[in-house]
Amino acid sequence: MSLYQLQKFLFDINRDSGVQQQYRSGLDGLLDRYELSVEERAAVASGDIGLIYVLGANGQLLMHYAAFLGMPWADYIRALRDGVAKHGQVRAGVYTMSTAIDDKVAGI
Amino acid sequence: MSLVFAAICSHAPGITGRAQMADPALRDPFYAAYRRLREQLVRARPDALIVVAAEHFSNFFMNNMPGFAMGLASRYQGPIEEPAWLGIARTQIPGNAGLSLKLIREVMQTVDVAFAQEWRFDHGIMVPLSFLTPDYDLPVIPVNINCQGPPLVPVHRAWALGEALRRAADMVPQRIAVIGTGGISHWPATPDSGKINQGWDREFLDRWARNDRQALLSYTDEATYRDAGQGGFEIRTLISVAAAAGGRGEVQHYAAIPIFAVGCTIGVMDIAA
Repeated sequence: MSLYQLQKFLFDINRDSGVQQQYRSGLDGLLDRYELSVEERAAVASGDIGLIYVLGANGQLLMHYAAFLGMPWADYIRALRDGVAKHGQVRAGVYTMSTAIDDKVAGI
Repeated sequence: MSLVFAAICSHAPGITGRAQMADPALRDPFYAAYRRLREQLVRARPDALIVVAAEHFSNFFMNNMPGFAMGLASRYQGPIEEPAWLGIARTQIPGNAGLSLKLIREVMQTVDVAFAQEWRFDHGIMVPLSFLTPDYDLPVIPVNINCQGPPLVPVHRAWALGEALRRAADMVPQRIAVIGTGGISHWPATPDSGKINQGWDREFLDRWARNDRQALLSYTDEATYRDAGQGGFEIRTLISVAAAAGGRGEVQHYAAIPIFAVGCTIGVMDIAA
C-alpha cells in the first residue's frame, strides 16, 4: 500500500496550498503523515523525480509535482529517463517506459 | 428538447501549454479544425454542453474513486493547474444545477453515477472549452469517466453511460450538445511522451466513425495498454459519445503532434433518430 501513500502525498501537494506551505517549512513533519517506505521517503526528501517515477508513481501526479519543484518540461522528461537508467525499469503502476533509453520521442 | 450536437476532440495540456514548442505546420491546421468545430457547435444553438472527460487526479483520487461522476453545480472553476503551465487563465465556468439534477436522475435509471457539487476542471475539460466556448458563456455539465486509476469501468459500461446520457438529453426541454474528450494512443507524462501509434489511432477512429459498437467494445485494457499506452484508456470518453449520438461520425482532423503527446483529433457525429 505504500505506493498508494506516495501517490497520496503527490496528490495532496499538487492540490493543497497548505501542504505546499508545509513542504517548504518542514518536510519531515509533512512526510510523517504518510506511510512511506524508506526508499520512497528518501526519494521525496531529495526531490528525485526519476526515482519516484521508477517506484511507480502515476505520471499525471508526478508531472505536476515536477512543475511545483520548478522543473521545465524537457528537464522533467530527462529526469524520468535518467531515473530508469540509474534505477531500472518502472516497478509498478501503468506508466512504465516503453521506448529506448536514448529515444527522444518528442524531440526533447 | 433533445441531443442536438455530438463531437470528439483532444485535450492534451501541451495543446495550449506547449503551443510555442510545436511545429506551426502541424499546430495551426489543428487549431483551425478546433475553430471549425466551435462554429459547428454554435450553429447547433445548444443551451448546455455535456463534456465527457477523463480527469487526471484533480478532483477524484484513489481514496474514493467513482467510475462515473457528473457535475451538479451552478458554477465551476478552472483550470486547477497553474495557469502559466497550461496557458489558460483561471476563470469561472457556468453550470446549470437544475439541468444537471434532471440529467443525473435519468442517467441513474441505468448507470450508477456519482455526483459532485464542487469540481475544479483540469486540462481535460479546460483545453476543449478554451477553443469551443472561449468566453465561457455556455453552461457546462461535466461528466467524468475514471481512466486513470485502475480498476477502470469496462468499456461496455462507457457505452451504457453514453446511452443513458442520450436518453436523459432527449427528456429535457433544453438543446443539449455533447463532446467527448480524450486521447487515443498516447503515453503522456512519461519518457514516452510524444510516442503515438498512428495505425492504432486510425483503426480506432474508423470504428468510431462507422459507429461499430461491437468493434468499439472489443478493446481490452491489456491490449490497449500494450498498443496505445495508459493514455489509450481514455477511449472510453469517445466510445460514450458514439453511444449517445448513434449515427455516423466524420473525422475532420487527425494529425500526430509529438510535442502535444497525442494524435490531435476533431470529429463530429450525426445524431441518429
